[in-house]
Amino acid sequence: MSLAIDTQTGAGQSFRRSVAGKVLLTPKGGISGCYLICLLLLALLAPWVTPYPYDVQELSIASQAPSLAHWLGTDEFGRDVLSRIMYGARTSLSVSFTAISVSVLVGMTLGAAAGYFGGMFDRFVTAAVDLSWSFPEILIALILVAIIGPGLHSTMLAIGIAYLAQFTRLTRAQILGLKNETFIEATRNLGASHGHIVFRHLMPNALAPVIICGMLATGDAIILEATLGFFGLGAQPPVPSWGAMMSSGTAQIFKAPWIIIFPGLAVAVTVIMINLFGDALIRALDIRAKLREG
Amino acid sequence: MLSYIVRRLLLLIPVFFTVSIIIFGIIHLVPGDPVDNLLRIGSTPEQKAIITARYGLDKPLAQQYLLWLGNMAQGDLGDAIVMRRPVSALLAQNIPFSLRLGAAALLFSTLLGIAAGTLAAIYKDSKIDQSVMAGILLGSTLPSFWLGLLLILLFSVQLGWLPVSGARSWQAIILPVLTIGLGGTALVARVTRIAMLETMQKDFVLLLHAKGLPARRIQLRHVLRHALMPVVTILGLRIGWILGGAVTVEFVFARPGLGTLLIKALNQHDYPVMQGCLLMLAIAVMLGTLIGDLVQAAMDPRVRQAMT
Repeated sequence: MSLAIDTQTGAGQSFRRSVAGKVLLTPKGGISGCYLICLLLLALLAPWVTPYPYDVQELSIASQAPSLAHWLGTDEFGRDVLSRIMYGARTSLSVSFTAISVSVLVGMTLGAAAGYFGGMFDRFVTAAVDLSWSFPEILIALILVAIIGPGLHSTMLAIGIAYLAQFTRLTRAQILGLKNETFIEATRNLGASHGHIVFRHLMPNALAPVIICGMLATGDAIILEATLGFFGLGAQPPVPSWGAMMSSGTAQIFKAPWIIIFPGLAVAVTVIMINLFGDALIRALDIRAKLREG
Repeated sequence: MLSYIVRRLLLLIPVFFTVSIIIFGIIHLVPGDPVDNLLRIGSTPEQKAIITARYGLDKPLAQQYLLWLGNMAQGDLGDAIVMRRPVSALLAQNIPFSLRLGAAALLFSTLLGIAAGTLAAIYKDSKIDQSVMAGILLGSTLPSFWLGLLLILLFSVQLGWLPVSGARSWQAIILPVLTIGLGGTALVARVTRIAMLETMQKDFVLLLHAKGLPARRIQLRHVLRHALMPVVTILGLRIGWILGGAVTVEFVFARPGLGTLLIKALNQHDYPVMQGCLLMLAIAVMLGTLIGDLVQAAMDPRVRQAMT
């Protein structure tokens, strides 16, 4: 994440080192950074590092408590909870990350165009953003799932659209603040095209806050994905996802509480770590004030 | 004030139409023939004709939409496909449960948030401040359905104090309110804390100190009162948030309500019920924002003027 920002702001090698250093050398940033890297590796390498396959049912060992053979116990079909959590990380992370990345890109484009050109288009975008802003994300997501039907693709789309307003609004505010600066005026007077001004000068300056905002939204998106999965509207069985695991575990809450405790813990810890890392990044880049403008 | 109310109400009209068009669109945007989507499997051609006539599904879209709105104004939201009852009856049965839960959760989270924020502000930068704010951050980051499940595990399964699910006794509302409330406290607490810290810097507070009033009394009587203004402002915003939380939490506790009904309908592809629930939730969010704005305008004349 920090790499993307540095290259975009066009800063030098030493600056890159110092931002990465500033983030990772603080206790908050260091711990959360390590956790996120480990989680990412686990998710990527899940097929090779999980002790058991995620979909093989073995009813003779159903709903067993955590033991040496199954560190986090087994679920109601005798599947290893730890292995399913690792595979679940794949689902959760890829869905939230893809959805938020696309949402950030679209939101930045819309917000930059609205902020830069103004006029009717700006009014339309602002009205749409205000409209969706007043509705809770989960409600927007549920409306979209109602239209597209349950599944992973609609979860992604629902998450992407639910957070679109946030990025559009923030980018627009950034661009509005920047577009009357002297250096932009100078560029314009030198005869630069709109495209050149927006993409080469405005966007790079507006990028950092939007990326941070996107990073923090990824945490919320993981919760939203888990919630939809919990409702049975996200990943469909046997694809493991943290939300769906908890949903099937509710029937076993008296007998086998570990089926719901551990996937939930995975969601909670991941979201907290993303927030901590985002916090450390905000501090390192010193952009707290900019984030408020949105 | 009156002109502000009128202008604010007029603003609702385009919002309502946009939202209702989207919700109306659900039935047409899903793949397949809308008539088939509205029919039970194995329906006769006569039943098909009745549905087609009622929604005018052979007419142009704009006309269908107006017909739908007209039916809705008369309280006819169609019949549930799977649940086999008029949607309006299902809604009437479920809405009171959601309202009760939402109101209780709003009250609880606001009071707890103000208390926590005040505590954190009075003991600024101390261990108390840090632990209160950290605890609250934790509460807001936990997925609400997981928090609900943990509370069930602790209070219902382990301790056996409270019912696991349903809404048969008054105790059944305690855990759902706790679940939504704990998650929603963070924003109120943060706003209260910042507002109190800002107010403490004001000249009049300095004057009160100079007059020799006890510090605790200045904080609770004078500073807190000023700091409550921004808290009231965000109340309206939070109504939508509480509703979103209620949808999730109702489902976790298998409690009757709009959220449980909506998720059931989504899983059963029961389109008329989906439309009814989403419409009710959207209207509730709009009314919540409206109430919040009106309260804010009533308290702060600058807001009224800004809208001209």
